[in-house]
This record gives sequence, structure tokens and C-alpha cells, in this order.
Amino acid sequence: MDKTWNNKAWFLVLPMLVLVAFSAVIPLMTVVNYSVQDTFGNNVFFWASTEWFEELLHSDRFWEAMVRNLIFSFIILAIEVPLGIFIALNMPKKGWGVPVCLVLMALPLLIPWNVVGTIWQVFGRNDIGLLGYYVNALGFNYNYVQDPFDAWVTVIVMDVWHWTSLVVLLCYAGLVSIPDAFYQAAKIDGASRWAVFRYIQLPKMQRVLLIAVLLRFMDSFMIYTEPFVVTGGGPGNSTTFLSIDLVKTALGQFDLGPAAAMSLVYFLIILLLSWVFYTVMTNYDAER
Amino acid sequence: MARIEVNHIRHSYLPNPQKDSDFALKEVHHTFEDGGAYALLGPSGCGKTTLLNIISGLLHPSHGRLLFNGRDVTNLSTQERNIAQVFQFPVIYDTMTVYDNLAFPLRNRRVPEADVDRKVRETLDMIDLASMANRKARRLTADQKQKISLGRGLVRSDVNAILFDEPLTVIDPHMKWVLRSQLKQLHRRFGYTMVYVTHDQTEALTFADRVVVMYDGEIVQIGTPAELFERPRHTFVGYFIGSPGMNVLPVSLDGRTAKLGAQRIELPGVPKAEAGAVELGIRPEYVRLGREGMAVQVSKVEDVGRHKVVRANLEGREIAAVIGEDDEVPAEPKVRFNPAGINIYADSWRVEIGA
Repeated sequence: MDKTWNNKAWFLVLPMLVLVAFSAVIPLMTVVNYSVQDTFGNNVFFWASTEWFEELLHSDRFWEAMVRNLIFSFIILAIEVPLGIFIALNMPKKGWGVPVCLVLMALPLLIPWNVVGTIWQVFGRNDIGLLGYYVNALGFNYNYVQDPFDAWVTVIVMDVWHWTSLVVLLCYAGLVSIPDAFYQAAKIDGASRWAVFRYIQLPKMQRVLLIAVLLRFMDSFMIYTEPFVVTGGGPGNSTTFLSIDLVKTALGQFDLGPAAAMSLVYFLIILLLSWVFYTVMTNYDAER
Repeated sequence: MARIEVNHIRHSYLPNPQKDSDFALKEVHHTFEDGGAYALLGPSGCGKTTLLNIISGLLHPSHGRLLFNGRDVTNLSTQERNIAQVFQFPVIYDTMTVYDNLAFPLRNRRVPEADVDRKVRETLDMIDLASMANRKARRLTADQKQKISLGRGLVRSDVNAILFDEPLTVIDPHMKWVLRSQLKQLHRRFGYTMVYVTHDQTEALTFADRVVVMYDGEIVQIGTPAELFERPRHTFVGYFIGSPGMNVLPVSLDGRTAKLGAQRIELPGVPKAEAGAVELGIRPEYVRLGREGMAVQVSKVEDVGRHKVVRANLEGREIAAVIGEDDEVPAEPKVRFNPAGINIYADSWRVEIGA
């Protein structure tokens, strides 16, 4: 059969192109535009070439925020993934406990970011916060407003509280899809609890775990609202992650050029990481 | 290998069974002889998988004892009973190679690696997968995977029995034949005690020396394929085995004759039937369609290949008869029952026909 060529068909994708243009391409181009210019207000711009990019890549502030962010992502992954697997393994597989657990697990995910931040901001305060007050009453000197370590602990515990559920639910979905026959066969083969986990449960969870790691890494790498509400990036700059730094630069100092350059670099990093994950996952699928 | 005694076993999935209907397995009392090939045949929900899981130890019965070679194993775990079981869907360990899959049950039992290697290679030869030893198991076809499941049972030389739970359900038809004959061959060569659960009568009849027919949580008949065909002990066996199933007609008895409406059917002897609803059972293969006998109205002729199945109406009852591929249905069709194929049932259970 001959294919019919009709270039008018391009009009069918026009609405989508317009939408994408207004939602993504045009704003992005504006950022590109800012990143190579300097302005002192009044809509007067001066050509700045790659000055902002060079400055950014030599700025300690940027690299420190980046390192902080990577450490943060690494820590929360190291906690949330094993913890999520552990909880998922111990959740009931049938009976009335299933809906109860699922609802409990889904609750933190339904709470808006800034509300989570506010909850923990109040919860951790050592004058009126339930957690902060009693931790101090037990003799620990805990004050997330002044102590960088306490601030980190608070932000990490908050993230674990908020997002471990996601890992749990994904792992749980992987686990319940394993037919009973696998466990029965394992019993007959005399497999230990560890062997069941290692050779049945983990392989079946591998795919969802990959997705969980991807989502949690991306989200934590772009985290903004919760630490901003709790610590505002402080004390000092100790919890200033990339996005908080970006907002400080763009809206606090109103340095549009450097902020635009930073946005682009940030965007490219995220894009690169997404690509790496995507490649890993598709290769993994192809291998199957 | 072991002789398996199922001693008055009852099982219920409910915590407090009261009535008979609460039991998935009403009462089973039977001995599977050492080295026998048995099929448990029955419709879905008849309790055959429950019985199998009780033998393997995945379930513990509510009542009764289970003995292997005279030793009580009722409270032993699956592992301690040393049983192999092949499930409906192939169970393989995805991340392992074929070799490692077979080695898994041995390594779990801390068998020295040299023995593992010897046994695994032997088993690979037995199931014809030697050439694939180092392939990842998840890339094999369904029938190869099912062979691995079987192999994991065969690899342990000391297994007491090999149990099969509808193992060929997901296998392509042409491979079913191959696998089934390989199973028979293994059985003949090594004399394993095998119990094979299925709802497919062809599978049961070709695989087993003795077929255990189950219905509604009970064993209704145990016999060779020929016995099940010629002398079904229960009308259910008559219906369930054979295609089409046995014709069962309500009759009243009068000495050597059975009365069906206006028709009188000569019996080979006097049935020893006491009270109860009496029925006459005759397989379509023993119904002769011709110009003599009882008048019938033919409603349908089904050509099933090697023969034809004639559906007809006899005294208001639906009956089936089998005729040859080239036979014609006569203009005024009549049927006669071959006395050799007549069985009499009282309350669904077969009664002996005396001289």
C-alpha cells in the first residue's frame, strides 16, 4: 500500500507545539538570554558572554551547595531504600491489615511539601515542639536553628518521614506480584529466609527499586520547599542546597545573570543524570 | 522413595470447621505405593491440590496422620519430609543460570560442591538441558523452565516422592506430549513415587498406572484407566471420564429388566440394588445405533474426527451414542444397549449385577 504524504498533517501537532513552546521552550530561552547578559534594571541589558558561567564554575558557593546536595541525596537514599524494603517485607500480604497499612503509608505522600516543612519546623522547635522539647528534656542538646548537625538531622529525618513510603509502596507492589508457588518451591528447595530474599524477592523488586532510586534521587537533588521552610538554608549556609542557593541568587540578590547561568548548569546536570538512569533502565530491560 | 499413607486425613481452611461442607478434604484414606505413578484427577475445587499440599507439607491437615514408609511425618516441615514438587507455573530463580538453579536445593542442604557438580550434571542429562547449563534460566521457554522445576526435584537423590500440580497447564500442546513421555520414561528408569494432579483426563490416563478420581473433597474411585472407563464406581466418574461422558438414565428395576418410560432394557443379571434412586449408566461407545431397539429422535450429529457423536432423545432423556466416521444415521433410528457396558447405580454409587 502506498503511503499518502500530506504536509498539512503537521498542523495536527501545532497545538502541542504551541503548548510546549509557552510552557517550556520560551521560558527556557528567556533564561538562556539572561545567562549571557548583565542588567542593572530598567530593562537595560549588556552583553556578558560566558562571564556568568565562568564565575559560577569557579564559585566555591556553588560547589559547596552541590556537594551538600549530593551528600544529602546519598544519605537519604542509603536510609530510605533499605528501610523501605524492610517495611515492605514486613507489611501484611492479606487480611484487614493491608488497607490499613497502605493508607498509613500513603498519608505522608499526600501532604503538601510546605505543610510537611511547617509540621517539622514546629515539631522540632525546642520551646514548643513536641520532638524538640522532649529531646532536650532527655538531656540532648538539640537545636536545629543554631547547630548545623541538628539542622541536617532534622532535614534528613523529615525527608525519610515524607518519602520512605514511596519506596515502601513501590517495593510492596513488586512483592505482592510474586506468586505463592515461588515461596512454596523455595520451601521445598530448603531455601533459608535470606536465600528467599536474595533469589526471589530482590530480583522481583529490582525493576521497581530502580524506579524508586531514580525518583528519590531526582527529587532529593531538586529538594527545595521542606528545608527552606524548616531551616531557610541555615544555620549559616549549612543546609543550603542547590535550589535554595538558586532562589537566593535570583530572588534574594536579584542577580538574574548568574542565577540564569546556574539554572542552566543545574538543568544540564539533571538532564545528564536522567539520561544515565534511562540508559541503565532500558539496557536492563533489553537484557531481560 | 517411599510408600505414602494418607491415614483418615480431613482438612478445612476454616479455623473452626463444623459441618461436612466446611471441609475442603472430607476424608481421604489411601496408600500410595512405593514407586507408583498416580494421578489425582478431578474438577477444580475438588480438593486434589489440597491433598497434594498436605503430602508435601505446605499444608498441615486438620485431622488425620500422614506416614512415609510407616514413619509419622504429619508434623514435619516440607524440608524435613524431603519431597519434590513441580507447580502449575514454572518456578525458576531468575537471576541464576540453569546450572545454579539445579544446584540450589543441594547447596541449601550444604552438600559438598563436588557432589553438587556430579548430581547437577547427571540431572541436566536426564532432563536434556546439558547444553544450556550456563544460560540464564529466565531466557528459556516455558517447557524448559518447567523441566528445571522438575530437575530441582530430581537432583536430590533421596527424595521420598515427586509431586506434580498440573505441571503442563502453561506448556504448548505439542510439548505436553514430549514432556509427558519423558516423565513416564524417568518413572520407568528410576522408579520414583510420583503423584500427578490434573483436571485433564487424557493427561491422567496416559501418565498414571493408577488414577485417583476425586470429587467434592473425597476419593470416589481408584483404578486403572480401563477400570475407570468400564466400571465407574460413581456416576461422577462416568460423566467426568470419557468424551462424551457416560449416559446416565433414571430407571426402575424389575428383576433382570430396567424400565425407562415405556422401554424395557434387558440387563446382564439381577442388580443388587436396595432402596434409593436407581440409574442406568452406559457409555456412548456401548450404545448401538441402528434399525432395531428403542426408537429415538436424533437431535444433532457431531463429527469429532475419527468418529461421530450422535445426540438423541430417548423417552425424553438426552443420550449420546458414538458411531463410526463413515456410518450413516438410519431413517428411523433406534438404539440398543450392549449389556457388557451397562452399569447400575443406586444413589449415584455403582451396585454389583448378579448372575
